[in-house]
Amino acid sequence: MGIEVKLINGRTVAQGSNLENKLSEEYFNAAAICELNGSDMEKLGVAVDEHVKVKTNAGEVVVKAKKDGGNPEGVAFMPMGPWANAVVSGNTHGAGMPQFKGMDAEIEKTGEAVLPVKELLQGYMK
Amino acid sequence: MEVTDVVCPLCGCVCDDVVVEVEDNKVTKVKGACAVGKSKLMGHGRITSPAIRENGVLKDCSYDEAIKRAAEILAAARRPLMYGWSSTVCEASKVGIELAEEIGAVIDNTASVCHGPSVLAIQDVGLPSCTLGEVKNRADLVIYWGANPAAAHGNHMKRYSYISKGYFLPEGKKEKKLAVVDVRETKSAKLADVFIRIEPGKDYLVLSALRALLLGYDDVVPEEVGGVSKKDLLELVQMMKETKFGIIFFGMGVTHSRGRHNNIVNAIQVTRAAHKHTKFNIMPMRGHYNVNGFNQVCTWETGFPFSVDLSEGYAWYNPGETSSTDLLMRGECDAALFIATDPGAHFPGESIRHLSKIPVIQIDPYANPTTEFADVVIPAAISGIEAEGTVYRMDNIPLRLRKMIETEYMTDEAIMKGILKETRLLTLSRRL
Repeated sequence: MGIEVKLINGRTVAQGSNLENKLSEEYFNAAAICELNGSDMEKLGVAVDEHVKVKTNAGEVVVKAKKDGGNPEGVAFMPMGPWANAVVSGNTHGAGMPQFKGMDAEIEKTGEAVLPVKELLQGYMK
Repeated sequence: MEVTDVVCPLCGCVCDDVVVEVEDNKVTKVKGACAVGKSKLMGHGRITSPAIRENGVLKDCSYDEAIKRAAEILAAARRPLMYGWSSTVCEASKVGIELAEEIGAVIDNTASVCHGPSVLAIQDVGLPSCTLGEVKNRADLVIYWGANPAAAHGNHMKRYSYISKGYFLPEGKKEKKLAVVDVRETKSAKLADVFIRIEPGKDYLVLSALRALLLGYDDVVPEEVGGVSKKDLLELVQMMKETKFGIIFFGMGVTHSRGRHNNIVNAIQVTRAAHKHTKFNIMPMRGHYNVNGFNQVCTWETGFPFSVDLSEGYAWYNPGETSSTDLLMRGECDAALFIATDPGAHFPGESIRHLSKIPVIQIDPYANPTTEFADVVIPAAISGIEAEGTVYRMDNIPLRLRKMIETEYMTDEAIMKGILKETRLLTLSRRL
C-alpha cells in the first residue's frame, strides 16, 4: 500500500559537502534517499535504509528511506540531486522555474535496487 | 604556510575570514569555514585531462584540441545554450557573454533553477534591502522563510545574523529574536524563538495574511491560513512591529514552490507593510558563491540578469521561454556549453533527455553526472583556490577570491578566451 505525499527537494549538509564529489559513494549515501516522518514509515511498513519507490507524473525513482521527525505527516523530503530530479517535472508553467517543492507524489515500499548515479543517467540516454 | 582572510568559494555567504594551511602546494587544514565550505577547500578528485568523446567513450586529448572541438560545435550550432556561471568568477562570465553574442546563443545561469523567481520579483517591485554588515550590527529580529541556513549556508547565522555579535548588539543572540517559517521543522527551525509551520505551497496565502495584519486589517484574516493559526500570525506581527531593525531572509522554499515569483512579490510587500511600524529589510539567500555575480555582469553587458536570448542580434529576455529548462523541454537547442555547473544532477530528469541528443561541452574542475553525456570535457582550475577573480556576495557586495595554490589547469577565463578566439576564426571565415 502506498501513501500520498507532498514532496520537497532541498539542501543538506551531507549533500552539499559532496557537491564536487558526485560520483562517490558518500554522495550516493547522501542524496539517494527520501526522508519521512516515523508514522508515514509505519504506514508503509518500511524501516530505515529499506527501499521506497517515489512516483510523480514525471517519473519514478527508487531510493533508501530515512527517518526525519521534522517532516510533518504527508511531507517527504529528498536532497537535491539526480535521484530527486528523476521525478521533477520539466513543466515550468511559464515561469522558467520547475516546481522542485510541494510536488504531488506517491511513495511505496519496494524490493527494487537503488540505481547508482551512472546507471540513473544512462536511463535518459536511451 | 598559513593563509589568512581566505574567501570561501562555496555559498552566497562568501565568508572572507577563513584560515587555510597550505603545505607542498596542497590545502592541509581549514579553520573557520562551515562543514560544506571546508569540504570544498580540502578538495576532491579532479578531471585529470581534457577529453573528447569518440564512439561513446571519452578519450584524453590536449587543451588545444578540446578548445578547438568546442569552438567547432558552437560555431556550427543554430540554437546554442550556454549555461552555468555560478561557481566561477565574473571575469569568466564576461568572456562568456561576449562568446554568446558572437554565436547568437541563449545565455543563462543557475538562477534559472534557484532564485530566478526572486530576480523577477525584484524587477517587478524592487527590493528594500541592506548589506549583511548592517544585519550583523543592527538586526534584532531575523526571519528565515523557506530557508534552512543550518544546512545550506553554514556560517550565515554565526557571521551575519542571529548568533553574531554586532556593534549595536554586543550581547549577540541575547538581544535578538529568531523566527523561522517553513513546511518542515529543520535544524534552523529548532534554534528559533518562534517556528511557524505552514502547509506546502501556501506561502502566498500566509504572506497575504501577514500583510493584512501589518496594515491593520485584522478583520479580513480568518482564524487559520495555510495551516497557521491567526494567533500565531499575530504573535509574529507583534514581533515585527516591536523590532528596531528586522530582516526576512528567504530561500528556495519560496522560489521553488507553487506561486514562484508571486510569492516573492508578496514577501517584499510584507516588508513594505512592516515599514508602517519600523525599519524592515528583505534579502534572498543566494546559493552559489557567484550566482549573483553572473546576474550583475549579464545585466551590465546585456541589460538583463539571466535567461538572455541573443540569437536575433539584440538581447531578448523572457524566462519561461528563454530559460534553460523550457528550451530543453521544447527540444530547441542544438548544442550546449555548461560551465561550473551540473545540469545532470540539478535539472529535472525529463529535461536532460534532450541533452543526450545534442553535442555537450562541459567545463568544470570535477567529474559529475553531466560528464556522463558530455562530448567535450575541459578541466578547469578551481576559482578561489587555484584562481583569483571577483564574485558578488548575496547582498551585492563584490569580493575578490584569492589564489592559494599553483596549478597547471587553465582558468575558466582562459578557457573561455580560447574558445572565443577559435570560434571567431570559424565564424569569420564563414562570413568571408
